[in-house]
Amino acid sequence: MKSERVLMKGNEALAEAAVRAGCRYFFGYPITPQNEIPEYMSHRLPEVGGQFIQAESEVAAINMLYGAGGAGARAMTSSSSPGISLKQEGISYMAAAEVPGLIVNMTRGGPGLGGIQPAQSDYHQATRGGGHGDYRTIVFGPATVQEMVDLVGKAFDLADRYRTPVVIVGDGMLGQMMEPVVLPDPVDPDRLPPKPWATTGARGRRPNLINSLHLAAAECEELNRRLQAKYSEIQAKEQMAEIVHPGADYFVVAYGTTARICREAVGQAREEGLSIGLLRPITLWPFPTKAFEEVLETAKGFLTVEMSLGQMVDDVRLSVGGRAPVRFYGRTGGVVPSAEEVLGEIRRMVEEGDEGR
Amino acid sequence: MTSRTWERPSGTEIVYERPRSLTDVVTHYCPGCTHGIAHRLVAEVIDELDIRERAVGIASVGCSVLAYKYFDVDMLQAAHGRAPAVATGVKRVRPETVVFTYQGDGDLAAIGTAEIVHAAMRGENLTVIFINNAIFGMTGGQMAPTTLVGQETTTSPGGRRPQRAGYPIRVCEMISVLDGAAYVARQALSSPQSIARAKKAIRKAFEAQLEERGLGLVELLSSCSVNWKMSPGDALRWIETHMVPVYPLGVFKDWTEAGAEAASSPVRPAAGGSDGAERRGEAAG
Repeated sequence: MKSERVLMKGNEALAEAAVRAGCRYFFGYPITPQNEIPEYMSHRLPEVGGQFIQAESEVAAINMLYGAGGAGARAMTSSSSPGISLKQEGISYMAAAEVPGLIVNMTRGGPGLGGIQPAQSDYHQATRGGGHGDYRTIVFGPATVQEMVDLVGKAFDLADRYRTPVVIVGDGMLGQMMEPVVLPDPVDPDRLPPKPWATTGARGRRPNLINSLHLAAAECEELNRRLQAKYSEIQAKEQMAEIVHPGADYFVVAYGTTARICREAVGQAREEGLSIGLLRPITLWPFPTKAFEEVLETAKGFLTVEMSLGQMVDDVRLSVGGRAPVRFYGRTGGVVPSAEEVLGEIRRMVEEGDEGR
Repeated sequence: MTSRTWERPSGTEIVYERPRSLTDVVTHYCPGCTHGIAHRLVAEVIDELDIRERAVGIASVGCSVLAYKYFDVDMLQAAHGRAPAVATGVKRVRPETVVFTYQGDGDLAAIGTAEIVHAAMRGENLTVIFINNAIFGMTGGQMAPTTLVGQETTTSPGGRRPQRAGYPIRVCEMISVLDGAAYVARQALSSPQSIARAKKAIRKAFEAQLEERGLGLVELLSSCSVNWKMSPGDALRWIETHMVPVYPLGVFKDWTEAGAEAASSPVRPAAGGSDGAERRGEAAG
């Protein structure tokens, strides 16, 4: 029963995609601009035998997710920047105790209470773990409602496969915009691979334990080494990026909403005869270093564009490794850059060449 | 589960043994600590209700963080104060399980007040074992919200002064006014008689969950002789002489649908309410 194309708001499309991926439990707390996700789940989940809880706080919601994921369910929470900060404690525990789950951040401007307009200023928090300790989460940065929908199922699959929390970073724009989407076929949660490690009651087996306490230093180090080995495997296998116009002399690097704007600016620049492409990271962690190796065969310079004052640009510089100049252009606080602004930066990059390093 | 082999002399019978729901290990608890008693009572109730294979325990942060080593059931270790939220997640996914949290007063009555209040508000079918020893034990004897006025701790030198540090928090009284709380009781682990009453309360708190009546919470007044700087015997006496007057023992709420209907009450009766709720402040010993 493949779905037909439907016009849906980003937040609602994401929520429906989660239900179709077998998610039956949602725990959340109201915060703009992601409220359509809990609102949708509050009526949709009971229809499929699931449960929705409006928690007392983001802290409680992420800990409910820890319990639900620990009990073996596909479950999720969503929030926006200030609420995501509150969830970091729980995400750290989930990473350490290897509890799968999906966390969605419809990012808004910060720091502090910030604003409610779209932003990408939680990039560092998302890609560096975000909470305390030596861990990472898989992070997706979709650029369209369709891609967001497609990544939800993948996010749940990877969360289960690697027993790790997975984060989808959208923004106020992606959450609020309506686009045509084809929804995926529904997955029956009862037919997903079993989770013999889950705490479901020790019927006829030895008790299971979900835990992140390791009082012996050597034991705690051992946990960390095991996690790092898992992260290395994820880095090797799970990188995703789109390269538009491979073989170009210059590349704009952008993800999410910003990538949509940059795609337009790149098109305009090419009409002016400039040799320019777009490198669009889809996984923000693992960062798509392989895509950089590919474009570095021709690239003479990079322009990173973000709705922040420069966060992903750090990863771009690490990936480029000094082999070409890396420029940066950003707007923040909820201000969305225009294609004209980006086009101006592209022209400057090509004119100045190495001088812009 | 391995057991030490031991030949029972003929003509004798076992009158006391390790509950099946406890593991056969040496605990890390200090000599004189009442956690061992509380663990045993919970395990005995799990055995008697025959729910070991359905039980999921949530360990909290504090001295009882290692409870996951001692209960021979599925366990999750939760962040400080968050056990009721974690328990909620488990129970909603697996309603056939019997979920209990085991939390100290630093965990439940300080950092975790939001989680316990809202788990009770939602009427979650959970059982909460709440250890009140009037101090932060694990971290070395700092003041807890439950510390008595005048009680000396490492962060209330000269004794807790209400002008600066407020007053002891009475969790049972607070939780019992919430309609989603089904059974709320406070007992003391200070004498054989009170320990027997504590076990009865723990059983009732599990039964409330099994009957899907809502949240069951048992507060156990407990000793911490090491941080109180007393002998174990003096510590048990101090529970009765100092803690009980501030934390009266008894059943604060025992809500049943039948009782509520008989009283035709639109809300679940709290302490001092109608049928099903025993009088608060029932005397100790």
